[in-house]
Amino acid sequence: RKTGRVRDWGKQRKLEGIVVEMQDPQVGVKGSDQKLNVTTIPHVIAGQEIITWIANKMKTPLEEAHVFGTMLVAYGYIYPLQNHKKLVMSNDTSLYRFQTPYFWPAQKWVPEDSDYAIYLAKRNIRKKGMLEPYEQVHYNHLHEWLNHKWDFIVMQATEQYKAGKERKKADRVVFDCQERAYWIVNRPPRQTHSALDCGPERLIDPNKDEVTGQYNIFYQQAIMRSKVKSSVSLGALVKYITTYKNHDAFLAPCLPSNPWQTDNDSYWTLNMRRVDVPTKMRVERWSFSLFELLSDLRGRDDFKIFLKKEFSGENLAFWEAAEELKWGTASSMSTKAETIFKTFLAPGAPRWINIDGRTMGLTVKGLEHPHRYVLEAAQTHVFLLMKKDTFFRYLKSPVYKDIQKKARNPEPHNFSPNQLEQNSLNRGVGIHPIILWQQEEEEKAKAAAASAPVDVKAMMSKIDRKK
Amino acid sequence: KTSFNCIFNVSFSLRFKPFRRRPLPAQRKYMRSPLTPEMATQEVQLNETLAHLKTESETLKSKLEEERAKLHDVELHQVAEKVEGLGQFVMKTRRTLKGHGNKVLCMDWCKDKRRIVSSSQDGKVIVWDAFTTNKEHAVTMPCTWVMACAYAPSGCAVACGGLDNKCSVYPLSLDKNENLAAKKKSVAMHTNYLSACSFTNSDMQILTSSGDGTCALWDVESGQLLQSFHGHAADVLCLDLAPSETGNTFVSGGCDKKANVWDMRSGQCIQSFETHESDINSVRYYPSGDAFASGSDDATCRLYDLRADREVAIYSKESIIFGVSSVDFSLSGRLLFGGYNDYTINVWDVLKGTRVSILFGHENRVSTLRVSPDGTAFCTGSWDHTLRIWA
Repeated sequence: RKTGRVRDWGKQRKLEGIVVEMQDPQVGVKGSDQKLNVTTIPHVIAGQEIITWIANKMKTPLEEAHVFGTMLVAYGYIYPLQNHKKLVMSNDTSLYRFQTPYFWPAQKWVPEDSDYAIYLAKRNIRKKGMLEPYEQVHYNHLHEWLNHKWDFIVMQATEQYKAGKERKKADRVVFDCQERAYWIVNRPPRQTHSALDCGPERLIDPNKDEVTGQYNIFYQQAIMRSKVKSSVSLGALVKYITTYKNHDAFLAPCLPSNPWQTDNDSYWTLNMRRVDVPTKMRVERWSFSLFELLSDLRGRDDFKIFLKKEFSGENLAFWEAAEELKWGTASSMSTKAETIFKTFLAPGAPRWINIDGRTMGLTVKGLEHPHRYVLEAAQTHVFLLMKKDTFFRYLKSPVYKDIQKKARNPEPHNFSPNQLEQNSLNRGVGIHPIILWQQEEEEKAKAAAASAPVDVKAMMSKIDRKK
Repeated sequence: KTSFNCIFNVSFSLRFKPFRRRPLPAQRKYMRSPLTPEMATQEVQLNETLAHLKTESETLKSKLEEERAKLHDVELHQVAEKVEGLGQFVMKTRRTLKGHGNKVLCMDWCKDKRRIVSSSQDGKVIVWDAFTTNKEHAVTMPCTWVMACAYAPSGCAVACGGLDNKCSVYPLSLDKNENLAAKKKSVAMHTNYLSACSFTNSDMQILTSSGDGTCALWDVESGQLLQSFHGHAADVLCLDLAPSETGNTFVSGGCDKKANVWDMRSGQCIQSFETHESDINSVRYYPSGDAFASGSDDATCRLYDLRADREVAIYSKESIIFGVSSVDFSLSGRLLFGGYNDYTINVWDVLKGTRVSILFGHENRVSTLRVSPDGTAFCTGSWDHTLRIWA
């Protein structure tokens, strides 16, 4: 159960600074005395006063100040007097006190299990059966594994208990609250969320010495590498955003409607893998880049129709086969490489691709000892060819113009509150991805059987599946 | 500190310390046996070499910054001046997924745009149809702190791992009663915890990052290590694959404050950025693949331009002082969503650098955040045991 300690000390210092300022008699939050049974607890503040103070100080809206207040409680700088196990700040008259700096989360020391054992033992001495169930579990566990130290622990606990009895009642009550708050933060009960609960340990720079030499080589290469002017690269980022603006569901409405907002999944049904008629937005997106066209399998289908008409399908087929090789299983590599060679690269191959002599030579040589990146050069060459020539001809072609015309533009939904209610009760379950995938595999097999020349992509994945 | 100790604890004198203060363990020092004169000389030489390397490091770093600055002719916010401002946003929680018994650590979307897989501290990995909120599958891992999970591109399997130092793949089944653990396949083996995992373009390969300071590419079928990536000086906490036509690079972020871009073919680090002031918890590519964002414990998110080879934006505010656990872009790249350790989600205008929205709802830190594949929503997972879908 080894968890990491809070490591970001710049943040702790910031928090400490703010907490100190909050307690300043002049500019801080105004506290008052509160009667609790027969004792009076000094310097008690209401949650809403703290939150208002934070909002003014940090110039943020109340909601954000509220969040900040909760973090102060979660870290243990402020503790609640009521509902002491819930480490949140409430924006109302709930009462809080500032924790004594002694109990602040600190980097210099760590609350050890033996400290916690002393605390629990002390409370046990004070009144048997005082421990909560979760504390009792901790106590039993600590009693077992700290058994060798137990005499020392009981001795410390007894000493603290005696010293505590000598204090004035008001002080004792305050100290008990502080100590209890400290342990809630450092050993939170199950339902409590404490900010000191950090997750597994992280290592900082254990390998630093080993990698320094490596980094020097890297820096030298990085200095030499060509870079692009900021105006050019930033311009490209802006251009991308402008191009895709209307396709971003957070910036423009989703047609017919966003399924998450209306509980109606038509948007997904209209955009499935194998629709006859795609939507206008989807067809528009194919025109943004060859990468978009190929990434959407429905778009790729349309592209293939165009290529078939031009009798130039071999480039795409080769690209697909190379993808299957790159992302396939290690064991299928040699079989695939062989098939690809026979189909696309060998002299007189049925789907011979027209690439420059140098690339062809390198690729064929590489295929003698195939690895997953052996077709990289050829694949890039083919992709660039398609990107610079074929893709633009496709966009001007009757095939694309036709699908643009046919594409549907769904009417935006306009659901009444009643209809929305109905929608939420009748959410469509769609088709399970496993079934869709099985359907896809069947389609691919059919296409492979029906088409001539051979559908290499289908064959590739068949080889994968066999393995 | 003593001054208000007096004010606020007037008649309370600390006559004893409630418990002993114990200093943090000092930096690990190696145990040495007495040095022979030869060993002593060698050691001195080694230290000198290391010192020399470090000085060289500093010089080279400055030279790199010089080179980068030469081509820096405009700032992002200047380019953004010509761009329209964003309107008001109404983003709400549309679904709350309850079912995990402990902190949710990681989640991933299925390509079908509605299913997700999530993993938690208690070892449970759950597959949900987030649209209907139905739980479809549940697996109990043999370890706690399952910090990484990923959905396979085919939708037919999930991968996960954590304190077991492994990444395992579970094929999913249409039969709800089938015991998924029976078909579990152990793929990756690291020497420390698994912090992140991702399938590549197919179900056959997985990319992992680990607390052992390395990333690695694995063949799922055989469990074979295809490529390892060394260069981080400390725990690697996150990774993301580039969405490009070549798909051959990925970026990783670690506890050494570095974000590294790697070539998957050679295993080499091809670009590196060190501007964060603390651990980098999350890295995510800009949708065009020409930039990436990072989120760190230093409470900032940053944008790095890969072609200009520099940091181009910092997303931060005085009032935001808690770490960012997770970041992701909206579909167009205009919005950057960040999940924070103060339980909130901040939405940033990537171009103008301003915060456009802050979302409340989670009751503990937001540990994971991903935008859905078609950009219609984003999902957050939190240490408050729940997941939320926002749209």
